[in-house]
Amino acid sequence: MQTTFSEAQLRDPDTAESNKQLRTCVHCGFCTATCPTFVLLGDELDSPRGRIYLIKDMLESGRPATEEVVRHVDRCLSCLSCMSTCPSGVNYMHLVDHARHYIEDTYQRPWHERLLRNALALILPHPNRLRATLMAASATRPLAGLIPGDGMFQKRLRALFKLAPRTIPAPSPLEGPRTHTATTEKKARVALLAGCAQQVLDPAINEATIRLLTRMGTEVVVAKGAGCCGALTHHMGHHDPAMASAAANIEAWHQELETQGLDAIIINTSGCGTTVKDYGHMFRTTPFAEKARKISALAMDITEYLAKSNYTPTREPPGLTVAYHSACSLQHGQKITAQPKQLLQKAGFKVVEPIEPHLCCGSAGTYNILQPDISTRLRARKLENLKATKPDLIAAGNIGCLTQLAGDTLPTIHTIQLLDWMAGGPKPAGAP
Amino acid sequence: MLPQPAPKPDILARRDEIVAGLRALLPDDAVIGDALRLKPYETDGLSAYREVPLAVALPSTTEQVAAIMEFCHREGVRVVPRGAGTSLSGGALPMADSVVLGLMRMNRITEIDYADRLAVVQAGVTNIGITQAVAGQGFFYAPDPSSQLACMIGGNVNMNSGGAHCLRYGVTANNLLGLKLVTVEGEILEIGGAHLDSAGYDWLGLLTGSEGQLAIVTEVTVRILRAAEGARAMLAAFRSNEVAGACVDSIIGSGIIPVALEFMDRPAIHACEAFANAGYPLDAEAMLIIEVEGSTEEQDFLLDRLKAICAQHDPISLKVSTSAEESLAIWKGRKGAFGAVGRISPDYMCMDGTIPTSQLPHVLRRIGEMSADYNLQVANIFHAGDGNLHPLIMFDANDPSSFAKAEKFGADILTLCVEVGGCLTGEHGVGVEKRDLMNVQFTEIELDQQRRIKSAFDPGWLLNANKVFPLKGLAAE
Repeated sequence: MQTTFSEAQLRDPDTAESNKQLRTCVHCGFCTATCPTFVLLGDELDSPRGRIYLIKDMLESGRPATEEVVRHVDRCLSCLSCMSTCPSGVNYMHLVDHARHYIEDTYQRPWHERLLRNALALILPHPNRLRATLMAASATRPLAGLIPGDGMFQKRLRALFKLAPRTIPAPSPLEGPRTHTATTEKKARVALLAGCAQQVLDPAINEATIRLLTRMGTEVVVAKGAGCCGALTHHMGHHDPAMASAAANIEAWHQELETQGLDAIIINTSGCGTTVKDYGHMFRTTPFAEKARKISALAMDITEYLAKSNYTPTREPPGLTVAYHSACSLQHGQKITAQPKQLLQKAGFKVVEPIEPHLCCGSAGTYNILQPDISTRLRARKLENLKATKPDLIAAGNIGCLTQLAGDTLPTIHTIQLLDWMAGGPKPAGAP
Repeated sequence: MLPQPAPKPDILARRDEIVAGLRALLPDDAVIGDALRLKPYETDGLSAYREVPLAVALPSTTEQVAAIMEFCHREGVRVVPRGAGTSLSGGALPMADSVVLGLMRMNRITEIDYADRLAVVQAGVTNIGITQAVAGQGFFYAPDPSSQLACMIGGNVNMNSGGAHCLRYGVTANNLLGLKLVTVEGEILEIGGAHLDSAGYDWLGLLTGSEGQLAIVTEVTVRILRAAEGARAMLAAFRSNEVAGACVDSIIGSGIIPVALEFMDRPAIHACEAFANAGYPLDAEAMLIIEVEGSTEEQDFLLDRLKAICAQHDPISLKVSTSAEESLAIWKGRKGAFGAVGRISPDYMCMDGTIPTSQLPHVLRRIGEMSADYNLQVANIFHAGDGNLHPLIMFDANDPSSFAKAEKFGADILTLCVEVGGCLTGEHGVGVEKRDLMNVQFTEIELDQQRRIKSAFDPGWLLNANKVFPLKGLAAE
């Protein structure tokens, strides 16, 4: 597509990158078809092509973001389904990341929205704060029903309350930085991104990961200084805190890499994996560029790693049918589609897939809190499609999806817990 | 910039009033009237042409469409219908004084009848959405334009869309049974139905391919077909475009009609391989995708015959797909071809001329020569079996002289198509892109006859009035 940036504008590396992506887009419209918000809302403005057009206009004009642009960019889930569909290879992720950053710099949101977004940014990436908040929310959960009104603010508050589990799991004994030595002959050494929200919401996921890896001869280090990957704040356009989180991880892992060596950096929350794999791009114009590139190159989803490491089950097949829900960050963000299903089959499960596998479940980081209407509709659509496959349980590789899809009739369990179970680990809570 | 019919000053002056009138008919989120949010509606799949409309209306029902049309007719407001906005001829290009009528929200399948082999779908259902809805029962909807993932059936009807498999199954017109329409006055009409032909004149034939100029299509009854037992594609690689063109002529001349017979040249092969990893022959100057279907024995028999014909044209390689995944990748590359060209050029114009297949070698050679003369690269990707050419002329929209050259080059190609006994468009429609070339194909008398048909349906020329006909004819109305 034609663009009209000035020479001066193009000297900014982010604008230059966005110009490159806009020039790659040929406006064919294929992306509209697989975009969840276009499918639901039927408006060009809520499609990737429409957003690209709004973003192009905003960046070219150099004007501050307006309420109209913000509304449509905010509705984007960042599911990246459009990137799987795009024949031209437009990197929509980098384009929308730039737009979000630009919006945060030039647009003032209403006070209650700023309050909510800042609160989320202050709480979610910090396990202790999140745990305390969830406990408070869980105790007051019945109050959600008492929140009056149908405004966006009230809906968001109710969504927030509903996300709080009835019981908050106790912190895992494995939580915190340390090295978990291999329990069989040591073949490899990896760092595990222990993450932030996941270890509070479901500590069993990291436990299963560590158990399975160490049993397979992989030493697992949870590096001191590593924490949230930065995705939650990054997707809200909070540039500086996101970069600070990412930089801390890069430093911590690079230290490990230089001292005792790392064969991989393992991520078991695919939303985080997509971001860690993008560190190289995020830091490309900083002194951290080379370190970040090395870290991104080492990053692997747990299923990617297991597919290369000869995962072998030891238990008899349990005779269970698993509906595999492909998290957007895995299938679109990281293009990992076959490995999780193949591993589950190898583990002895019958694997089925829903129709519309490319559509997001509506979780999308903080989206389910910030856009409760669209999120609720996508959840219902996804659950209906999953249930139509008549499974015994739902498996996914991302805590966001697992939380989003929980609380209906089917148990939701992380892929790694099922793989660990069949290789000698305990039966996951909730498994039939 | 592209000349447009002069906007009506009184309509432009009454913008706010007209937007308010639409708001009175539709829910809040179904009317767009602010400049910033109108901008993404200024263009479609042919982004070189742009014009911000007066307003956008997004109805969800035929009744809402009727109310909008009744209002616009009363107020004398022009209307431009729009489906997915994937037109490559600018079929959804607005005018400054027009309301864009977007049918994307009308995306429900209302009826599927396997016994009578038909489906009733709203205009905003995607082409592939129909096949997806019936594939579980072993059925499919045959016309398959390359944009089938996104393009909508309402647009398919209005452009009489084709696709790779139309060689065997015919174009949209051959797979339609009925339409629900809204006239320019806002009256709801139904033509055709659950039967193959209708008494009286063939209104369905007249409406199909009418480019949104006669009425608004809101619902479509299509024929669905039982899918073949199996299908296999063969990739045949050749040393030049001309040789591949001659091979197409030999295949068609032999009396074998494959289900699909597609052509891609070197730039297209490389761009599409980068997108689809389909195992295309990167050493070839040109490649044919030849697909056959039926029982395994039937496929083997046809493939043997086709291999023998290809062998007479000194192929570099012949490769038959061995798995469903491989076939899927082969078609993903072909169907994503236009977009994939975005990897090698920031902008392109996709031509759409049709010629007798015997003229393929000559026309392909001439396109190559013209490409050198104009110093603009061309990628050739097309439905070879139908002789439906799609030369993609690559240019740089940030360089105005490059675009002007591309427009002229395109006009030369289409003129050549007419000269060799072909026509201006195979499936993309005339739109705005080819309207001034209609003089090459038709005499003024022939054009006037067609204008009279338009006037019979739409005396005030309110519906998609900036398309199909050369502008000076429109001024005469």
